[in-house]
Amino acid sequence: MKVLVPVKRVIDYNVKVRVKADGSGVDLANVKMSMNPFDEIAVEEAIRLKEAGKADEVVVVSIGVKQSQETLRTALAMGADRAILVVAADDVHNDIEPLAVAKILAKVVEEEQPDLVLAGKQAIDNDMNATGQMLSALLGWSQGTFASELDIDGDKAVVTREVDGGLQTIKVAMPSIVTVDLRLNEPRYASLPNIMKAKKKPLDEKTAADYGVDVTPRLEIVSTAEPAARAAGIIVGSVDELVEKLKEAGAV
Amino acid sequence: MAVLLLAEVNNGELAMDATAKAVTAAKALGDVTVLAAGASAAAAGEAAAKIDGVSKVLVAEDATLGHRLAESTAALIVSLAGDYEHIVAPATTDAKNVMPRVAALLDVMVISDASGVVDADTFERPIYAGNAVQTVKSSDAKKVVTFRTSTFDAAGEGGSAPVETVSAAADPGLSEWVEDKVAESDRPELTSAGVVVSGGRGVGSEDDFALIEKLADKLGAAVGASRAAVDSGYAPNDWQVGQTGKVVAPDLYIAVGISGAIQHLAGMKDSKIIVAINKDEEAPIFQVADFGLVADLFDAVPALTEKL
Ligand SMILES: Cc1cc2nc3c(=O)[nH]c(=O)nc-3n(C[C@H](O)[C@H](O)[C@H](O)COP(=O)(O)OP(=O)(O)OC[C@H]3O[C@@H](n4cnc5c(N)ncnc54)[C@H](O)[C@@H]3O)c2cc1C
Ligand SMILES: Cc1cc2nc3c(=O)[nH]c(=O)nc-3n(C[C@H](O)[C@H](O)[C@H](O)COP(=O)(O)OP(=O)(O)OC[C@H]3O[C@@H](n4cnc5c(N)ncnc54)[C@H](O)[C@@H]3O)c2cc1C
Repeated sequence: MKVLVPVKRVIDYNVKVRVKADGSGVDLANVKMSMNPFDEIAVEEAIRLKEAGKADEVVVVSIGVKQSQETLRTALAMGADRAILVVAADDVHNDIEPLAVAKILAKVVEEEQPDLVLAGKQAIDNDMNATGQMLSALLGWSQGTFASELDIDGDKAVVTREVDGGLQTIKVAMPSIVTVDLRLNEPRYASLPNIMKAKKKPLDEKTAADYGVDVTPRLEIVSTAEPAARAAGIIVGSVDELVEKLKEAGAV
Repeated sequence: MAVLLLAEVNNGELAMDATAKAVTAAKALGDVTVLAAGASAAAAGEAAAKIDGVSKVLVAEDATLGHRLAESTAALIVSLAGDYEHIVAPATTDAKNVMPRVAALLDVMVISDASGVVDADTFERPIYAGNAVQTVKSSDAKKVVTFRTSTFDAAGEGGSAPVETVSAAADPGLSEWVEDKVAESDRPELTSAGVVVSGGRGVGSEDDFALIEKLADKLGAAVGASRAAVDSGYAPNDWQVGQTGKVVAPDLYIAVGISGAIQHLAGMKDSKIIVAINKDEEAPIFQVADFGLVADLFDAVPALTEKL
């Protein structure tokens, strides 16, 4: 079985995001970038499938700026076999919309013929939560989103999903797109020797044009603003004072 | 302008709060037709017909639509899409599963988790865990949008829209349902509760989470949790509040033993009054709290439960 994992380069989750003064977007110049945390979980799961003898190849793909190479190298250092970089933007502030990403991924799937695509459930920059579902629609494949457990069973996959009411388990026909949630696994750190080895693993470079996909955004960003700030609160000295304040505020 | 709104239906019952909040958002866009789909959906359709501002209800009942499987539900919506400029839903996990699939089948971008409607093409949505709010204008012929329910008030009841039935689309038969694990609870639902009491890693164990639950029950509140508390097994996954959990905006949010990581704040910082109880006076949660209490939760929470 071949597993394809799309990985996205995003602002590191520990970085305090700053909105640019002119309202044109979020400042990404000189900030730490990392692999989208959900995608680390997807890469980890793919590698575990390989270690368990259920998968024989793990291919990672990233779509975006050239620097996404670093993200792919991280995935290779974790244990992926091969990487594909699809250059689709030249400025880090130019993010590619999920619909365009899904169209490019659909072409990659056509070429690579994976049995399973493991994506993150959302990217922590744009929080769109869409790419996996869109790819699944374009391919006419089944989808198992927000997975916290995954079990491959012949030509079916059993996926336990984190949903509003609790957990839902479904069985999907393979090939399938599964998007992963936080509790699926805890991703490993790449060891130094593996980081060195990863430098020699194959990394193909393509462009969006190679796949004939138009990445022109459908959504125009009109403006980006800071969220409304909360008024400063107070520190109370005791439980009694807290109860009194809550009563004054009509909260209890 | 016509809007098709996918109602939130769980086991044949309408989730009134989420659906009525989405109706409020959708009314600004045009005439609202609600679609109630499921293995049984007639009762949900009848309930939706009473929401103010709904002009028509479509009921689609079919075994293949049970358990809100994405493939069959998306196929149904696409079969109806021709008549509508907007296809919308409350941003529940069900809708987030289905709507991007619908959008891709229609070759349009989805607008997830919109928190505001500027005009028929233009929406506001939080990005970067709510650290920025983006206004986006769609150039697509149809707009597929999910609405963040915590930012809209529920539409009232009192309407009596006509109800029609529609048939399911051909089911691609790609997925089947196996089981649901739903925790039964008498407490209010997290995303619609007026008061939420949440516990974090500081609570220390599943047993001690009872302290949080007792305080919640005293206040008639829903119980929430940080990711750390869920990961540690103190609380079930559907209690998680935050960027990747539920987004809540109750009148009162009490955070106990929660540090206030940005991913947690993303899910609760629009609450009207925030109370934080934490023994570390430097904890970032105090920066968003209206009332902060620097104390050991094992002393403060039982005392608070008793005094309220
Ligand atoms: C000029 C321009 C203007 C734009 N304007 C807007 C705008 O106004 N509003 C707006 O919301 N968006 C806009 N976008 C696009 C937007 O910024 C994001 O691309 C989109 O919202 C991304 O969603 P997401 O990354 O959260 O994807 P999600 O669907 O949340 O990602 C889920 C998963 O898909 C996979 N994935 C996603 N992206 C990639 C990738 N690039 N490479 C590999 N795998 C990937 C990963 O596995 C990821 O975990 C614009 C883009 C451009 C170029
Ligand atoms: C991609 C991604 C998505 C995420 N999504 C979410 C999300 O949706 N929701 C979420 O919550 N987190 C999310 N997180 C995790 C988040 O970054 C934090 O790790 C998490 O919120 C921390 O939980 P906590 O505050 O309970 O734990 P900690 O940060 O460990 O804080 C525990 C707090 O308890 C206090 N404490 C300890 N003992 C006591 C005591 N006896 N009395 C009083 N106070 C005490 C401590 O002072 C401390 O402040 C996400 C992270 C990532 C990377």
